[in-house]
Amino acid sequence: MADEKSVETTGLLGWIDRRFPLTSTYKAHLSEYYAPKNFNFWYFFGALSLLVLVLQIVTGIFLVMHYKPDAQYAFQSVEYIMREVPGGWFIRYMHSTGASMFFVVVYLHMTRALIYGSYRKPRELVWIFGVGIFLCLMAEAFFGYLLPWGQMSFWGAQVIVNLFSAIPFIGPELSIWIRGDYVVSDATLNRFFAFHVIAIPLVLLGLVAAHVIALHEVGSNNPDGVDIKAKKDKHGRPLDGIPFHPFYTVHDILGVTGFFIIFMAIIFFAPEMGGYFLEFNNFLPADPLKTPLHIAPVWYFTPFYSMLRATTDDFTWVLAGASVLAAIVMFFKTKGLAKLIVPVILIVVAVLLRAIDAKFWGVVAMGGSVVLLFFLPWLDYSPVKSIRYRPDWHKVLYGIFFVNFIVLGYLGTQAPTDIFNLMSQIGTLIYLAFFLLMPVWSRLGTFKPVPDRVTFHAH
Amino acid sequence: MSQDSIVHDDDGAVPQTLPSDPSRRFWIGTTCAVGGVAGAALAVPFVSTFAPSEKARAAGAPVEIDISTIPPGEMRTVEWRGKPVWVLHRTKEQLGTLKQNDPFLADPNSTRPGFTPPYAKNEWRSRKPDMFVAVGICSHLGCAPTPKFQTGPQPSLPDNWDGGFLCPCHGSTFDMAGRVYKNKPAPDNLEVPPYQYLSDTRIIIGVDEDNKA
Repeated sequence: MADEKSVETTGLLGWIDRRFPLTSTYKAHLSEYYAPKNFNFWYFFGALSLLVLVLQIVTGIFLVMHYKPDAQYAFQSVEYIMREVPGGWFIRYMHSTGASMFFVVVYLHMTRALIYGSYRKPRELVWIFGVGIFLCLMAEAFFGYLLPWGQMSFWGAQVIVNLFSAIPFIGPELSIWIRGDYVVSDATLNRFFAFHVIAIPLVLLGLVAAHVIALHEVGSNNPDGVDIKAKKDKHGRPLDGIPFHPFYTVHDILGVTGFFIIFMAIIFFAPEMGGYFLEFNNFLPADPLKTPLHIAPVWYFTPFYSMLRATTDDFTWVLAGASVLAAIVMFFKTKGLAKLIVPVILIVVAVLLRAIDAKFWGVVAMGGSVVLLFFLPWLDYSPVKSIRYRPDWHKVLYGIFFVNFIVLGYLGTQAPTDIFNLMSQIGTLIYLAFFLLMPVWSRLGTFKPVPDRVTFHAH
Repeated sequence: MSQDSIVHDDDGAVPQTLPSDPSRRFWIGTTCAVGGVAGAALAVPFVSTFAPSEKARAAGAPVEIDISTIPPGEMRTVEWRGKPVWVLHRTKEQLGTLKQNDPFLADPNSTRPGFTPPYAKNEWRSRKPDMFVAVGICSHLGCAPTPKFQTGPQPSLPDNWDGGFLCPCHGSTFDMAGRVYKNKPAPDNLEVPPYQYLSDTRIIIGVDEDNKA
């Protein structure tokens, strides 16, 4: 065996390449990573999420230099950053606006995956890592929101930590253990700070790496849902593929420019976004003895929060009824062992829905609506990936799903009333039915023929 | 990427024909098991750091309050274990509404465990009818309900409102004895903390027959 690997490169690069896979990594992930040539604007949002991640890490590092994770000083130190640290307000608004914009680009990125079937075989792991990233982001946002120690920080954390007390038997002890006190306090602030600045970001970075590596292993999907690797030229390069660099790096710079125009406009002209990005009550220091009149989470949590609120005692009757109905259908429609097991499980669920408090099921509905996403690759039975070749009424269903999600989000920001509660109950049913009935509806209808090659018109 | 061919180590250090050694398998298994136990034991101190510290436990000491200064119809909030505890001096009219609310309540007789000590399992949920003591934290998700003692129609409340409390977070309503109305997100009545009378005018919160300070 030779002492040094033989490589094509020479000079300093050659010296490095004999010791570290620099050129080969560059080629594998950039200059010779072939991406479909028909990407549209939906494909900006993956790169933009990465950009916002970097922004959050960099601004976060600078904020930590002035912030004090102590219940006595936290609120003051944030005001100190805003008023007295030179440029501190800009860094802090970048970070707070960045949090909301992170969810904007990630929700759009996920919408893209939904409509073009990017989660379908062989990209199941890309999708699963992605949902993991989404969960980490929610944890980051939740832990981070306590740190300014305002009224909304405090009471939002109080509400969410108390969600765990709904778990039968261990719940109350568990929520004390999470808080480290009988109420949200200094101990809670310190541990949330540790999670926000180190624990979750480490997991997040690992998942982002796994997400990208998995993607580059199987190759990107595209708006037509066509496999570009099926048609290759004589060098083994996909006919419809173009190297990521320089083509998509330049393409993404356009997206980055557009993003920064919006991002900076928000920072300079509407950093609070009318109370949606920074809630007004959070400009009051936390007061454990006084709940704000109206508690709402930040906008990106509100669709899931609506589902939590929708689950009342009456609503568990509806869910139990749906469960029994599903059990009957499964009994007649499935064969073999599943004929017995699945209906029995569903009946047990129906009984438990009535036996355990609605409060617990509210938590299950909220958590379940996110966890459900993990199973998406195995719920979709449609013969085509992309929405372009699905029956028109599928497009209507997707439209209803997206509108419903936005309506749920709106309802979650509002004070509870009877009519809004009924609307969020219907919305919760639509959300759950969209995914849980997907194995049924996704294979129905007349699908359009999928072309062999991607549809592309040169500009 | 992952295009490496499988390497057949024919001339390698370990002859492939070597029969598997049962005693090695046993010791590999044993080492893994013992190492696993040690690893799990190591988690104990880390997990235990999450529990309330001695300082936090000490802050949970009982609180004394002079009730002679609370006029009828008014409420005072004191802090006990970082939670708001209400001491409400109810009027005759407010006590009179309690019985008629029973059909609309989820648990009118406070039979569900964990929220009402035995001496408060009565119509008015207190040791003495007029003085109501409760933890002002909603049994749903820990918000502080707002007093709504004024009767009659008003926003977020039914038109036949008899006075009580409204939780601003998720709209749960409670009557003047902290009993939750039916079909609200909150599953339970408001918690009555352990308390006792030191004299006719003094109450101590956090102590009763079953809870020593």
